[in-house]
Amino acid sequence: MQLATLFKVTLLGLAITAAGCSTTGGGADAGANGAGVNGEGAYGAGDRAALSAEEQAAADAARAAAEAEQLLNITTFYFDFDQTTIKQEARAALEAHAAYLVQSGSNVVLEGHADERGTREYNLALGERRAQAIARYLTALGVSSQQIETVSYGEERAASMGHDETSWSLNRRVDLRYGG
Amino acid sequence: MTSQLLRITLVLFMVAGFLRPAWAALEIEITQGVDNPTRIAAVPFGGQGAGTLPEDIAQIVSADLSRSGQFVALNQRNMMSLPTRADQVYYRDWRILNQEFLLIGQITPHEAGGYRVHYELFDVYKQQRIVEGDVKAGPNQLRDAAHLISDKIYERLTGIKGAFSTRIAYVTVDRKTDGSERIKLLVADADGFREKVIRDSREPIMSPHWSPDGNKLAYVSFESRRPAVYIQDVSTGKREKVPSFKGINSAPAWSPDGRKLAMTLSKDGNPEVYIYDIASRQFTRVTRHFGIDTEPSWSADGKSLVFTSSRGGKPQIYRKHLQTGKVERLTFEGDYNARGRLSSDGRYLVMVHRRQGIFHIAVLDLERNRLRVLTQTDLDESPSIAPNGSMIIYATNDRNKGILAFVSLDGRVKSRGPAKFGDVREPAWSPL
Repeated sequence: MQLATLFKVTLLGLAITAAGCSTTGGGADAGANGAGVNGEGAYGAGDRAALSAEEQAAADAARAAAEAEQLLNITTFYFDFDQTTIKQEARAALEAHAAYLVQSGSNVVLEGHADERGTREYNLALGERRAQAIARYLTALGVSSQQIETVSYGEERAASMGHDETSWSLNRRVDLRYGG
Repeated sequence: MTSQLLRITLVLFMVAGFLRPAWAALEIEITQGVDNPTRIAAVPFGGQGAGTLPEDIAQIVSADLSRSGQFVALNQRNMMSLPTRADQVYYRDWRILNQEFLLIGQITPHEAGGYRVHYELFDVYKQQRIVEGDVKAGPNQLRDAAHLISDKIYERLTGIKGAFSTRIAYVTVDRKTDGSERIKLLVADADGFREKVIRDSREPIMSPHWSPDGNKLAYVSFESRRPAVYIQDVSTGKREKVPSFKGINSAPAWSPDGRKLAMTLSKDGNPEVYIYDIASRQFTRVTRHFGIDTEPSWSADGKSLVFTSSRGGKPQIYRKHLQTGKVERLTFEGDYNARGRLSSDGRYLVMVHRRQGIFHIAVLDLERNRLRVLTQTDLDESPSIAPNGSMIIYATNDRNKGILAFVSLDGRVKSRGPAKFGDVREPAWSPL
């Protein structure tokens, strides 16, 4: 997708930044933040002893890049019923997106959604509030508000068609889309 | 009246494309009626070439009255005689069948391929004619004539104006196998017949609302990829876009004089209610709060607006008095009350109300301050009151399909349309 090409351009720069910031370089907490991140231990620590310092730095950079990529692959953020508060588990991915946006200067569209319960117009407002909550979080991390566009679809664009809590929890969301 | 009828039908005829109705009258299932419904027999109307007439007036009237839940119409097969003139009526025949009222009539050709429909209503017990009238109809207006007769009978027998000659706007969604959606704004007669496409889009359409003269619809369309309000003439299709701003442009509601639209804009950063003056294209801000303010609706006198607000933490319904600027909270029972609609006498507030996690249609008696849940269904939304105040049409869910259902304001009568392919939602009842 479009996102994938965007990645490749800035991935290296981002990775170097991330690697530079990482103080301990310990792999233990890799992937611990962010639901849906499954990259924990993807790069075996057992090989580390055999690597030179230079190789070590490159490996760290590569791992950080992979982690950032995985976080950037998370583009949907979920909410509780009638709530507009960003969940704790969404923060790591949002931070990765913020870092990417700051660095790349790209534009992003935040599409807010609600589940089908309650009234359509109120849900339209709720979807907007969710998108705005994400927008505020990104701007607090240094993203320019000029880069961000919010739009609410309310309950009109369900991601899951069921009429139960499983579907509803998937529909209370903000979709982050690059481009825009 | 007749000229209006002519105009409406002429347009319906010209536009063509009578599609499969979303809820054809014959499929409407009365799930609950009044305890002692009035028994009425509508005899097939006589007249030249009656067998070849495109519509069965007696059948349409029977279906109309039955749908109200206040009447039970005798099946034509059970009739012992089929009078079409007063001198053919034998009251005894109808007393035996336990009928209280009897409708007969005749259809005769009229100018330009049209018809003249003569009808007579008899009180079987008193053995007298209580209503008699003529309706002129164009070549394709027999359904309109039938609904007009239903209106007359209903008003004579209940004291309440009939609303059978009204129309209902609604939105349907068809999901294709490739995941794309086809969203349509439609208008049909109140019995579900003569469905007509007003707007066809791949993007969401929301919140249709009729102008007080019944000629236009205001609605929200996402066709420009963001919600914007449009005003469309139902007959001509002519359309204009209401000036739109960044964020939400939504929830249009015509003022009773037809000159303004109350609506929601979030251009200030959060949803607020505004009044849009159609002639001057100017907006006036009505609410001012950091919470969500939306779903405005006018009182019949045009002096106040009810709206939904999250200012108390949860969605509740408030009223803004436009002259004084005073805002009062109307709902206190429950933690989710939204999309209020006032009855024309201002006494009742119909809304979506959550009770034990289930979304119902409820009515609040503002005089006695008593809330009553009207429906037993779940995921109920978009209540719209019939212009005569008798019934509410709303959207609900049945076996994973959106359907339209009806409930009377007093909760005594309930009926529902069929689940059809795709979803039906957001009904809006036209004015009289």
